[in-house]
Amino acid sequence: MGADGTAEAKTTYREAMREALREALRADDRVFLMGEDVGRYGGCFGVSLGLLEEFGPERVRDTPLSESAFVGAGIGAALAGMRPIVEIMTVNFSLLALDQILNNAATLLHMSGGQLPVPLVIRMTTGAGRQLAAQHSHSLEGWYAHIPGIRVLAPATLEDARHMLAPALADPDPVLIFEHGSLYNVSGELLPPTDPVGLDHAAIRRPGTDISLITYGGSLPKALAAVEELAAEGISAEVIDLRTLRPLDDAAIAASVARTHRAVVIDEAWRTGSLAAEVSARIAEESFYDLDAPVERVCSAEVPMPYARRLEEAALPQTADIVAAAHRAVG
Amino acid sequence: MSVARHTRTRKDPAHPKPVMKTAADKKNARTEHRRELLEAMLRIRRFEERCVELYSATKIRGFVHLYIGEEAVAVGVNGALTPEDAVVSTYREHGHALARGIAAEAVMAEMHGRTTGCSGGRGGSMHLFDASRRFYGGSAIVAGGLPLAAGLALADRMRGLPHVTCCFFGDGAFAEGEFHETANLAALWGLPLLLVCENNLYAMGTALAREHAQTDLAMRAASYGMPAWAVDGMDVEAVEQAARRAVEGIRAGTGPHFLEARTYRFRAHSMYDPDRYRAKVEIEQWKERDPISLLTDRMHENGELGDKELARIEQRITAEIDHAVEAAEQAPEEPVENLLHHVTSASAEAVS
Repeated sequence: MGADGTAEAKTTYREAMREALREALRADDRVFLMGEDVGRYGGCFGVSLGLLEEFGPERVRDTPLSESAFVGAGIGAALAGMRPIVEIMTVNFSLLALDQILNNAATLLHMSGGQLPVPLVIRMTTGAGRQLAAQHSHSLEGWYAHIPGIRVLAPATLEDARHMLAPALADPDPVLIFEHGSLYNVSGELLPPTDPVGLDHAAIRRPGTDISLITYGGSLPKALAAVEELAAEGISAEVIDLRTLRPLDDAAIAASVARTHRAVVIDEAWRTGSLAAEVSARIAEESFYDLDAPVERVCSAEVPMPYARRLEEAALPQTADIVAAAHRAVG
Repeated sequence: MSVARHTRTRKDPAHPKPVMKTAADKKNARTEHRRELLEAMLRIRRFEERCVELYSATKIRGFVHLYIGEEAVAVGVNGALTPEDAVVSTYREHGHALARGIAAEAVMAEMHGRTTGCSGGRGGSMHLFDASRRFYGGSAIVAGGLPLAAGLALADRMRGLPHVTCCFFGDGAFAEGEFHETANLAALWGLPLLLVCENNLYAMGTALAREHAQTDLAMRAASYGMPAWAVDGMDVEAVEQAARRAVEGIRAGTGPHFLEARTYRFRAHSMYDPDRYRAKVEIEQWKERDPISLLTDRMHENGELGDKELARIEQRITAEIDHAVEAAEQAPEEPVENLLHHVTSASAEAVS
């Protein structure tokens, strides 16, 4: 509630992200936003609506449909003293710029013997759930989390959408921000952060004692919904939001498993070679003797994402799948 | 954005003093400038010849791509740039690095994988860097440096700086999407970018006519709406003149320019290449237009270079390279404990 007793205005994830961009553009002349349709169109998902009018076409820069060129240009601009924010419409399109991200952004610092840090932020949409079929719906952030030299973020809450960008821009190295497409319309009351929002730690979104639900991004709301169902059965589930997919907060994962002795890892990517596989392996390495049950994974079915709603829903991790996995773990 | 003339803020052996303007000194100045061009080309040639010996002796390893035959391009283009301009290069970059004034010692140490190398031993022959000279190195992904070069040019313009970014690449890169994306972006935004295509007629082993439906690369580049022309890449003075014209246009604010330097590599693609895809007679014909011989012949004809002077230059370069090799062999190797350094800026990454 506001000071005058009226209800606080609701903020959407999209607006929170836009406000973060606005703040960054105001705070530092070196910051500029570029990507396909970020200016006049207002951003493919409306995130940058109004920023062109406020900051002009030099700093809110529409690009041709040339992912490799404008991502590479972001890298070059970062090397020459700017602080670019590059928007790629979807993670599937980012594959057209994978050369620049892997072979240049992630590599230049090391390859140059420490001479060339690349202070670049790349934002992109990820994930399914909107019937966008097999070339707009995948969750490839785990691939990027494989790469040394870059930091990978997955803001899943309004607060993280609003407050992760500033520390990402302050990072001297490349940071990739994955925004799950199903989150843009999520709305709620955006609270001011009580502590500075860091990029190194996972967050406990719901404390619990019986099982750890470890997830990130678009799967967080589903995990939180599963908590309610499990609570009704008397099972106390803890939800860990990884937030940063590289580097992983191993300590937070291990501490949670030490409390609950059971874990379900929820990841919208395909199961094989997934981030969920990495988290599960680390639990096996670090927390084996804390476990009372095998680690469970809830991932997407191994299929290119289908268009038909019923099939898409069946392919994706759902709350019921998480609850079922928790039941298996609790036994 | 425009800038009348180059500004010089520091002494740099790669950037000789401005040519004197008085009529009486003109001839001497031209002679002196030619000697500098010659010395710069000879340094690259002799450096790489030593690399071949060291490679055969297994002192240096990895992929090593020699520039021998193409020296006029690096040296001629460098003559049109100021120390503040940025350069992005390829995996065939010893010539670009040396022409930019990176010490032979630092390049040789890099090829030996030593800490004193210009990339701390982490890059090797294909990844030479010197941030202090705005030498953004050695990309070994064909055409991968082009988008980055556009970004350097964009940043300089956004920051109000009068610099030009020069990007070297080959005829092979011209077939890559990254070239075409970058050419379009740079022309669309009018970026201060000099695109230097070193057309040596082969993309590794694939001849120009076997990789391009239309082999007139300058003409195709012009279709992006930028000034583009071809130049004899074996004639260092022609290259320099063409590059000056392009750089003046760029500094005057007319956007990116494209220079196709028609050149030839005398050696194989890399030390691994048995060179089976081209005729020996073709190589011999091109050697008749060796860029170093072309210039020395011109200077001899004009009485600008005596045998003694040439010997002095050769001696100086030999001493420089001897010293570079000696220093590289004695330089320390990075301790293995430092393996994870420079992965992120913070420190060795705790979580791999």
